[in-house]
Amino acid sequence: MDQGIDLQQTFIQSLMDLGLPAGAAKTVWMPLPMLLMIIGATVGVLVSVWLERKISAAVQQRVGPEFIGPLGVLAPVADGLKLIFKEDTVPAKADPLLFTLGPVIVVIPVFLSYLIVPFGQNLIVTNVGMGVFVWIALSSVVPIGLLMSGYASNNKYALLGGLRAAAQSISYEIPLALAVMAIVLMSNSLSTIDIVNQQSGYGILGWNIWRQPIGFVIFWIAALAECERIPFDLPEAEEELVAGYQTEYSGMKFALFYLGSYVNLVLSALMVAVLYLGGWELPIPTALIANWLGVGETNAWLEIVGASLGITMTLLKAYFLVFTAILLRWTVPRVRIDQLLDLGWKFLLPISLVNLLVTAALKIAFPGAFGG
Amino acid sequence: MFVLSGYEYLLGFTLVCSLVPILALTAAKLLRPSRRGPERRTTYESGMEPIGGAWIQFNIRYYMFALIFVIFDVETVFLYPWAVAFNQLGLLAFLEALVFIGILVIGLVYAWRKGALEWS
Repeated sequence: MDQGIDLQQTFIQSLMDLGLPAGAAKTVWMPLPMLLMIIGATVGVLVSVWLERKISAAVQQRVGPEFIGPLGVLAPVADGLKLIFKEDTVPAKADPLLFTLGPVIVVIPVFLSYLIVPFGQNLIVTNVGMGVFVWIALSSVVPIGLLMSGYASNNKYALLGGLRAAAQSISYEIPLALAVMAIVLMSNSLSTIDIVNQQSGYGILGWNIWRQPIGFVIFWIAALAECERIPFDLPEAEEELVAGYQTEYSGMKFALFYLGSYVNLVLSALMVAVLYLGGWELPIPTALIANWLGVGETNAWLEIVGASLGITMTLLKAYFLVFTAILLRWTVPRVRIDQLLDLGWKFLLPISLVNLLVTAALKIAFPGAFGG
Repeated sequence: MFVLSGYEYLLGFTLVCSLVPILALTAAKLLRPSRRGPERRTTYESGMEPIGGAWIQFNIRYYMFALIFVIFDVETVFLYPWAVAFNQLGLLAFLEALVFIGILVIGLVYAWRKGALEWS
């Protein structure tokens, strides 16, 4: 296994060569990947908002944003700027503290989940042992924020929307966790790096989607439900609930909800790419390409090219999934609340339990193919 | 290896992520206009005069779902260590998990038959 580029080691080493103690060098390094990840996540949101508007326009045979920047790429930036200058109205009957705290609690965990998204062998904020479990734990904090803002608004629509958001996310949390567990079972580790490494070596044939086709479908349905995307956007169903828990929000607090939902969408797509589509791996085995090009030894340029290719592959896979989510939005109607709960509890939950047990049985029967 | 190695990044990242809403809300506070009036602070109810508040007692129908969720969520927490260590545990662990999940499935079937999973 090629270790690839290790920026952290190189950076800390060069600082220590300048005469800094090891602890100080590490402290200087620590915020850099974090800030980069947050800026990357925000840019990812701007890109997916632009894609959303452009693709919806294309689906409906409109032009979409076109005046701000080339092809309207700066339209999401203008949206954000507009929201900063918007007045902030807190309803007189609302609870002001919880009203402000709601969007804050929604937005922090989704950004925090980027901690464990890998873009390469060492291109990750930190490779913690808990790995993907951190993401599952953090994703269950979000509905608390939604419920809080729905309740604090003291508005009937907001309260119903907040309750729906909580019910929806607890209904799809368990199928999601069980689908991830089947992956963990195969790779014997919660670490996202280990999960990707377990899929490497055979190119596209080694990806988990072939071993976990049912798990992939469960995961993607549950992830869309967690992100409150159509067909599961009941918490903010505008025909019934005005805007659900966001009804009373304006200005920057509304922008935080908006940001949070898109960060969550891109994050879910990235997690699908990491768990099922081989992460940063190329569809053709890397060893095959290296043989074909006749480059055996690793040199600095090759590592840089490899790392960039890895980042590109991860983003390509993730944005392909974002694209399918956007197309889905303009293709299917919204489900009813009883259909939503039925799908979660009576269909996805039994199927995901069976999927888990079948994976365990297959692992015992064919240890080679299922990561024994 | 120390079990908690790498978690200092989790703490640091929590602080950095907390800066996002703090900076965003502070920037908006400095830049936005603020005109306050009693009319603009009324609760939105599709343009009508709001009738009553939302902090009342009413039937939350998701209550039973929340109870079942707690059971299955604890189940997933118990199963995660099993999944990670499955490689070393082998066939016996598989049979034990089968019994464990079997008991929970009986519970799910019971709740289903009792109508706890119905929206009505």
